[in-house]
Amino acid sequence: MRGIRIKEGQQMSYIQNTNQDRKEMLKTIGVSSLDELLEPVSSEFRVKGKLKLPEPMSEAEVVGRFERLAAGNNPASSMKSFLGGGIYDHIIPATVRYVLSRSEFYTSYTPYQAEVSQGTLQSIYEYQSMICGLTSMEVANASLYDGATALAESILMACSIKRKNKALVPAAIPKRMKDVLRTYVAGKNIIIEYIPFTEEGTLDVKELKEKLDSETAAVVLVQPNYFGVIEEAEEISAIVRESGALLISYVDPVSLAVLTPPGEYDSDIVVGEGQSLGLPQSFGGPLLGFIATKREFVRKSPGRLVSETVDIIGNKSYVMTLQTREQHIRRANATSNICTNEGLCALAAAVYLTTVGEDGFREVALQSAAKARTLYNMISGLPGCSIPFGDNFFQEFVLKLPVPADEFLNEARKRGVLAGISLGEDFPGLGDSAVLVAVTEKRSREDLQLYRDIVLRIGGGK
Amino acid sequence: MTGTIFDKGLHGRSGKYIPENDCPVDEALLPIQRKSSLGLPRIAEQGVIRHYMELASKNYHIDKGIYPLGSCTMKYNPVVNEEIARDNSFCGLHPAQDEADVQGALELIFNLQEALCEICGMDSFTLQPAAGAHGELTGIMIARDYFRERGEDRKFVIVPDSAHGTNPASVSTCGFTPVTLKSDERGMINPADLKEIISSETAVLMLTLPNTLGLFERDIGKIVKIAHDAGVLIYMDGANMNALMGIVQPGKIGIDIMHLNLHKTFSTPHGGGGPGSGPVGVREHLSAFLPIPGVVKKMDNFEFSWGSEKSIGKVHSYFGNFNVFVKAYAYICRLGAEGLREVSENAIINANYLMELVGRFYDVKYPGPCMHEFVASAVNLKEHGVSTLDVAKRLLDYGVHAPTVYFPLIVKEALMIEPVETEKKETLDSFAEIMEKISYEAANNPDLLHEAPVSTPVRRLDEAYAARNPDFRWHERK
Repeated sequence: MRGIRIKEGQQMSYIQNTNQDRKEMLKTIGVSSLDELLEPVSSEFRVKGKLKLPEPMSEAEVVGRFERLAAGNNPASSMKSFLGGGIYDHIIPATVRYVLSRSEFYTSYTPYQAEVSQGTLQSIYEYQSMICGLTSMEVANASLYDGATALAESILMACSIKRKNKALVPAAIPKRMKDVLRTYVAGKNIIIEYIPFTEEGTLDVKELKEKLDSETAAVVLVQPNYFGVIEEAEEISAIVRESGALLISYVDPVSLAVLTPPGEYDSDIVVGEGQSLGLPQSFGGPLLGFIATKREFVRKSPGRLVSETVDIIGNKSYVMTLQTREQHIRRANATSNICTNEGLCALAAAVYLTTVGEDGFREVALQSAAKARTLYNMISGLPGCSIPFGDNFFQEFVLKLPVPADEFLNEARKRGVLAGISLGEDFPGLGDSAVLVAVTEKRSREDLQLYRDIVLRIGGGK
Repeated sequence: MTGTIFDKGLHGRSGKYIPENDCPVDEALLPIQRKSSLGLPRIAEQGVIRHYMELASKNYHIDKGIYPLGSCTMKYNPVVNEEIARDNSFCGLHPAQDEADVQGALELIFNLQEALCEICGMDSFTLQPAAGAHGELTGIMIARDYFRERGEDRKFVIVPDSAHGTNPASVSTCGFTPVTLKSDERGMINPADLKEIISSETAVLMLTLPNTLGLFERDIGKIVKIAHDAGVLIYMDGANMNALMGIVQPGKIGIDIMHLNLHKTFSTPHGGGGPGSGPVGVREHLSAFLPIPGVVKKMDNFEFSWGSEKSIGKVHSYFGNFNVFVKAYAYICRLGAEGLREVSENAIINANYLMELVGRFYDVKYPGPCMHEFVASAVNLKEHGVSTLDVAKRLLDYGVHAPTVYFPLIVKEALMIEPVETEKKETLDSFAEIMEKISYEAANNPDLLHEAPVSTPVRRLDEAYAARNPDFRWHERK
């Protein structure tokens, strides 16, 4: 039989059927060869010969190949990492990996057949409830791709609710997020205007008031902002409320254990990046975009929603609902085109939050803040260093050095320390010596002291 | 019924996972504003594991049995890929790390880009989109910017009526207007119909190949010519690429843009609804429009390339779902060219075999060889008052998963069946036997179907109740 070249008793492609099976199957189908089945594909369109790919490998060879690739990486999670900017090196309890490695969860499909997907559905419902609890909002969905696209979706949603096409966004977000926003809104004629930041690193409220007009659909508040600084959320909310625009709050979920939850300052839509909730850093993907909103806006919201319901004999159960908003029903008029989202990452977040619990999660936030504050105390007085935005931060702050940021980061890297993210490229106004430093509960006093030593050496060397 | 984690853990206590704080700071110096509870449970570790294992026991999954969801390509997810991807050297990388510290990751991304180019006959690939629909969005954005750059104001995207809902949704999200192209009596695009609706205002022809009926467009050559003659780009939804590996390279037959679903064709798990990955490939004239950054090889080093002025921008915070790439690349390494072709050949044989068996008891509107899937219909059971939904639910009682139902929309009472290559003949035989039994039950005891499922963790759900009284979050009941 042409085309089937596997040797009997051995295969690379996880196929169970034998040549004998295939022979019988072709006979049942009523053809003599695979070629007959491929008859609709005209031969001029077929691949001549073989694809140019590496030869097949045994499992052991694959493992060896990936061991070599792995050896080319120095993962942040094994170093003393002060990298943040949205992705953080937090402690992840073993329960998370264990539950996620259960094939009942990871090999299941989207829960379209609800009767045999109650595990997935209930876990999403519980995840939604936890996001609602953290944010103090009424509704959360089953997940979006990541923080940046969640923010983009929230702007599309707000513009659709208000039937307006302008959004005001803090200038203090990284270029990569601005790129996502620009790319997402380009087809919808939505205008994004950026509000500068003040010398304290906060949103310029005066500029906000000036730019906020009757055409504005939404204002985005980032809390804490990209520089780690805590904004005056209530004040900003009041200004936005008065204008009639919607308030979109982009929040760090860990900060919500200690900062005022966005529902309490009347946010209309809350979005963010959920990686901190038990997900590995994974080179930036998969991540977990979350979105929560007021109940009045739920029919305009993107993505999947799970609701509690009953079965025909009254058993409590769970099901995907309000699907008439979604692409498979509404097609061109859906609230979003999203289908597959980040289901397993939402499960990770639920297992994480369940494992550390109310008190443990608060401890994560408190320790991260305390350690960030400790590092701040250790380095703020060092020669040549400055912390331009002061101590009004959660777990991350901007540090200005007496040398170019890249020089400092390279020096630190040699000593096993990832000392932060260079800010000069995205924010030329901050100069070329500014780095964004993040501290989580995973860092020890010793790590902080090592950081201090590196700063001291760099400063002293000048 | 399983109580929620909140019912179980509201008043318990959690384990301790965070070490003692060796940097105590006066709390007055910390930004502590929140007074309200977070609403999280307090539950010890064994309770956590028991809860999630109880939930796990209520899920159907690939490791349990056949999952013949049409268009979803629910194939075996090799366990070695999971093991490899869990390596800290892959999942512990921060995206802002120095290129020198992530050479292995960049090499992997580069190699995967190259392999996908070869499999699809494309000139360049971006791995940034996080799912298939995200890939569609990216691809249509590329087309949008391509025409903008040329100064051409084209408003319409032609989408066949058999397309996935994500297709028109992605089109309208990009600001284009979708125009529906009716399939002909063969279930295919008829070149004459296409000619009629295509115009100088058409930007893109968005087709699925093989289409959602599992059919390879017989007139693809003519279709490509009509589109290209009108200056129209051709987008291929590659959700069904499992039928074509090593058989057709879409880029070589005139497809300009396409996406793949690594979580379908390349064996990475669906995770109950993601994370997926939807890489987009383009031919040379569109390479400059791909999202930034890509990964290039310079001498022996791998680095990000921040692309051209023409790039559409970014569609993801970083580089896409990297951890999914690890698994997909492991799969490609294991199979090689021969293995990938075996996959598609066996997917086609399995689908045609099952179509032959199921077709003995159910309507198959478009007979003749299918590719990797086929669409049957339960319309012949209507006379017994039985619907496709009833058949699907009865299948659950027999311990197998149902096919995709009521899709594509152009087939009444559709049952869209994709057996995939990793299922063996005996499993297909037994699935067909169950389908046969159900067709007899429909005639002789239709109530069995109306009441189904009876052996699942819950009975048929009241979806209307949920839509009328949605309850999205748990509240403590006093």
